[in-house]
Order: sequence, then structure tokens, then C-alpha cells
Amino acid sequence: MSSEPPLMEVRNLRVYYPVRKGMFGGVAYVKAVDGVDLVLNKGDIFTLVGESGCGKTTLGKTIVGLVKPTSGEILYKGKNVLKLNKREYLEYRRNVQIIHQDPFSSLNPTKTVFQTLSFPLKRWGIARSRRDLIEKVSELLSLVGLKPPEDFLFKYPHQLSGGQRQRVVVARAISVNPELIMADEPITMIDVSLRIGILDLLLDLQKRFNTAYLFITHDFGAARYFAAKGGGLIAVMYLGKIVEIGPAEDVIHDPLHPYTKVLMSAVPVPDPELSRKKKLLKLKSLDIPSPMNPPPGCRFNTRCPFSKPKCEKEEPPLVEVRKKHWAACWLYTS
Amino acid sequence: MPRNLLEVKSLRVLYKVHRGDVKAVDNVDLSVREGEILGVVGESGSGKSTLALAILRLLPRTARIADGHIYYRGEVDLASSPENKLKEVRWKEISLIPQAALNALNPTLKIVDHFLETARAHGVHDRKWVIERASKLLSLLRLEPDRVLKSYPHELSGGMKQRVLIALAMLLEPTMLILDEPTTALDVLTQRFILDLLKDLHAKTKITMMFITHDIAVIADIADRMAVMYAGKVMEVGDVYTVFKEPKHPYSIALMKSIPSLTGSVEEMRSIPGTLPDLVNPPPGCRFWPRCPHAMDICKKEEPPVVELKPGHLVSCWLHARR
Repeated sequence: MSSEPPLMEVRNLRVYYPVRKGMFGGVAYVKAVDGVDLVLNKGDIFTLVGESGCGKTTLGKTIVGLVKPTSGEILYKGKNVLKLNKREYLEYRRNVQIIHQDPFSSLNPTKTVFQTLSFPLKRWGIARSRRDLIEKVSELLSLVGLKPPEDFLFKYPHQLSGGQRQRVVVARAISVNPELIMADEPITMIDVSLRIGILDLLLDLQKRFNTAYLFITHDFGAARYFAAKGGGLIAVMYLGKIVEIGPAEDVIHDPLHPYTKVLMSAVPVPDPELSRKKKLLKLKSLDIPSPMNPPPGCRFNTRCPFSKPKCEKEEPPLVEVRKKHWAACWLYTS
Repeated sequence: MPRNLLEVKSLRVLYKVHRGDVKAVDNVDLSVREGEILGVVGESGSGKSTLALAILRLLPRTARIADGHIYYRGEVDLASSPENKLKEVRWKEISLIPQAALNALNPTLKIVDHFLETARAHGVHDRKWVIERASKLLSLLRLEPDRVLKSYPHELSGGMKQRVLIALAMLLEPTMLILDEPTTALDVLTQRFILDLLKDLHAKTKITMMFITHDIAVIADIADRMAVMYAGKVMEVGDVYTVFKEPKHPYSIALMKSIPSLTGSVEEMRSIPGTLPDLVNPPPGCRFWPRCPHAMDICKKEEPPVVELKPGHLVSCWLHARR
């Protein structure tokens, strides 16, 4: 179509955290993100799933500018975010918003909902007078389902439930009409019966305002729901690398990478017959190798039930195995 | 039919807060059969953890049992037993693995000392017996006893610590284990491993388990029977196959639809409208009516009776009451 650069692009990104080894030892590095490429366009949904320690949160934080990459490039509309001038940088920070996991600690307890939400509006000159601010904040509250807004405007965070707080956090993120929202485990701390409500709210904003999402979670069910309903992709991360990317239902129901296959065989499902009939794909080892010293070749080879000698030596590239469905595994390439 | 090991009868537990009393567990009837795995599922605030703490009378100071009975083996009423009687029951008859117990291990003590101290606190001083029993349990849970006993907690992974806690809970050969969210803090693969281990342990020892979780899929995977709790009340009880196939309480039905799971169509999943009720001033009648799609006039006024639809399948709902 057009030759416009993508909203966000990541090229060969690496983020290493230094760790001191012993008292006199040198410095070792935790390779949290180790060579990741991805592209996000307007309205895209990109869901990143993986177990704890796989690097998904670090990747998300790096993309939104909260963590400095060790190497590689992050391009916002084709421009390297580390080299933006002041005006461009402000535009980037405004257009890329964040929703954190914990709605209890991401709101200032001494500020009312109105104060919290009017700050970004004033900061970006979206509304100035008190009347305009009240009108705009009320509009935002209705949009996120906190109705009637008058009941919520002057409440403090402690007067709201977890689900309501997370809705305020969502309202704050969308108040400046961002193009991309990075949501890191946004429903993990929310009551089970309300989780889908928050996801639907985010999906509704995608439909209305073409907001793109980088959605990070450890919950495959939530990842599936969000990506499937939003027509997006699921990427599975393992030890700092993306091992599989594809359309939501394809990754969940017909995974390619052995790691994804093992995970899918292990997740309990809400059906006693099905859950007990599932055959667990046995791992060679339950231990996750240290991210300081990932195994050579394919990082999953020490645990993979299908590993071959080649897997211990050469790192498999991410290749398109089926239409739009990519995997980094020697089972699919020669 | 196996006999009831534990019978909870009209139990009410209140927490004192400045606004009044939080009715955390309100008129709950529930029995645990000998040798079964009973799953208790509920959202936060449903009263499931309070129920577990009440059974062993380990409630915090702000809470009290206001009413009801907890019969163990049909004879002792744990709700009113004196403290010295409870000491004989805790750990020796019923053990509890509380929520977030991974952080409960003392970081300055080796694992072996956790076993020895626990035994000593319950009057068992035979060091050799304790170490032998601990080693046997740890191997049953597929840990290397020699290595693990010598380790400090920080040297073990989350999954290993969880297994140490299970072994510790089983040290004095209890008849029943209460596990509160034992797999919640664990990764997918570790969770699967622990679930399979618990099933294996259950098959080998026939120990009775009460398994508490917010994750309905975990219940489907491990439990024989299940109880669905909401806002301090038991809404539905039955065999897991029956409850999952034909849930009868509107809350159970809504809860099952509200889980973003790997199976089923995403188009049919939806959240439950509204929010959990305030348990200081719960709504009159059924606690679920403000969110229930089938709420009738009577639901707003009177508490629904418990109806037995099929043997062992109990529902507390007016929809099923007068037919």
C-alpha cells in the first residue's frame, strides 16, 4: 500500500543486564532480550506470551523507552527513538502509553480520579479550563465504563475496586489519544469475572481509534482471547528470543515450535474430560537454563523432546512455515 | 458412599472493620468426603481462604467464628474446641498449605531444620524418624532428599519450594491436606508438574484433599467434586463432571463463560456485568442477584434454599427451588 514507515519497528534488539559475579569476579550479563525483530502498524495487536524470566517485560519496557537497549534499533515511524530531537521525543512519549500490571500502585493515592486524569489533559493542552477538564474527564470515564462519571470524578483510588482502578489507568492511557499502548499483564490482578471486561474495553478502543497494542502476558488464555478477537498475532518468547509468531488461533490450536507445543499440552482447560485426556509432551528437563549462559544452538535444545544434534550447534532462524505463521526450529528448515 | 471426614455446618465468619462486620463466610454448609479431592473455586473475596483458615481456627485476630459447626470425623467440633484439642488436630490430622507459602520458609534455616522444628513443635523428638519420613516424602515428590534437606530455601526454585511445603505438611501423616492456591505463583510447566504430582500422591496415599483456587481449569484437572463460592456463600456443589457439563447456578454458568481459556469459542466468552457486592452490607436475598441475568423478585428478598437436583448436586438458587 503506502510506503509510510511502520508505527514501531524493532531490529535485532538486545538488552543485557550486568550482574557482578562474586566479590572479585568480573561482570556477567543476563541476556534478557537477545536478538528480537518486530513490526507494529497502526491498529495492530501484538501479544507477547512467555513464562516468567523469558524477557517479555524487558522487551516491552525497551520498546516504550523505559529501558535502554544494549544494541539494536527501535524505530518510531522510521526514526531511531534514541536519536529523536526534543519535539519528536515528546511526540513519541505522548503517542506510546503504558498500562502496568498493578492498578493498586500505578495510581497516586493522594489524588482524586479527576486530578489524575486532568493532568495529562493539561500537560498536552487538550483541555484547560476547569469546565472543559470536567467535561473531558467525564467523557473518558464513560468511555471506560465508569458510569455515571459524577460518581467517580472525586473519588480516591482506595475508594475504588481493582477493576475500577484499572479502568482509571486505561482512561489515563487513552486520554492523550495514543497510537500505541503497551499493556503489561493488565488483567492479572483483576478479579476473574471482570477480566474479559477490561480486555473488551481495550479492544473497543482499537476498533474506535485504531489504537495498536503490545500486550504482554503469561496467560495463554488471555493472549488467545485478546489476539483472536482483535485479529492480531501471538508471539511466544523463550530465554530472550521469539520462537514462534502467528495468528492467535493457529498458534494456540496448531503450534509449530516444540516449546509452544509443550506449553499447550500442559495448560489445564476448563473441561474435566479434555483436561485429563490431554497428553503431556514430556520435556527432557524441567530446569530452565540460566539466561546468563543460554545453551548454544537452539536455546530450547536442553529441554526439547525433539532435539537433534544440529540443534545443539546452530541457532535456527525464524522462518515462515505456514502462511503468516513463523517458527524458529530446525524441524521446519534444513 | 464414602463417609464425610469433615462437615461444615451453617458456618459464619466475620471480620471486624471500622464500618462493621465483613460477612466473609455466611451460613456455609460443605462436607469433605474421606479420600476425595474437593475443589473449592471462587474469586477473591468469595470466602474460600477464610473457610480454610476457619477449619483449623487459624483466623487472624480481627476475625471470629460467629456461628456454626465444623465436625471432624463426626465427633470433634473444631469450631468450639479448646486450643489444646486443636493442637492435636493441626498437622497431625489436618494440614494447611496457606496461600503464598513459598515465602513462608525461614531463609536462615536449612530445609532439614524446617522438618525437625515442625516435628518438635508437635511433640515429636525422634530425629531419625523425622529425617527418614522427610526423605521418603521428598522422594515421593520427586526431589533428591539428600541434596534438598541440606539446602537453604533460596537455593531452591519455586516449584521445589512448593514440593518441600507439601512434604512438610504431610510430615506427621495427616488424614487431610488443605491446599490454598498451591499452583498460582508457578509457571505453566511447573504448575502442570505439581498438579500431576498431587494426583500421583493422591493415588498412592489416598490422602483427602481440599484444593482451593480461583482457577476453574485447575479444578477441572484435579478435583473429584467441586464447590463454587461467591461472596461468602456456596452457590453450587457437585461432581466435577456434572458441574462442568451442566452447571445450574447462574453464577457458575457466568463464571465458566468469563474465563479466557484455550478451548471453546472466544465469541462466547464474556465477563460478568457489575462488581462483587460489599460484604459489610451485602444485598438482601441472594448475593448474586444484582449481577444475575435471571433475577426475580423473590431473589431480592429472600435467601434461596439449597436444592438437591440430583444426588450430590446441590444448588442454592430460586430458579431451581419450586419445581
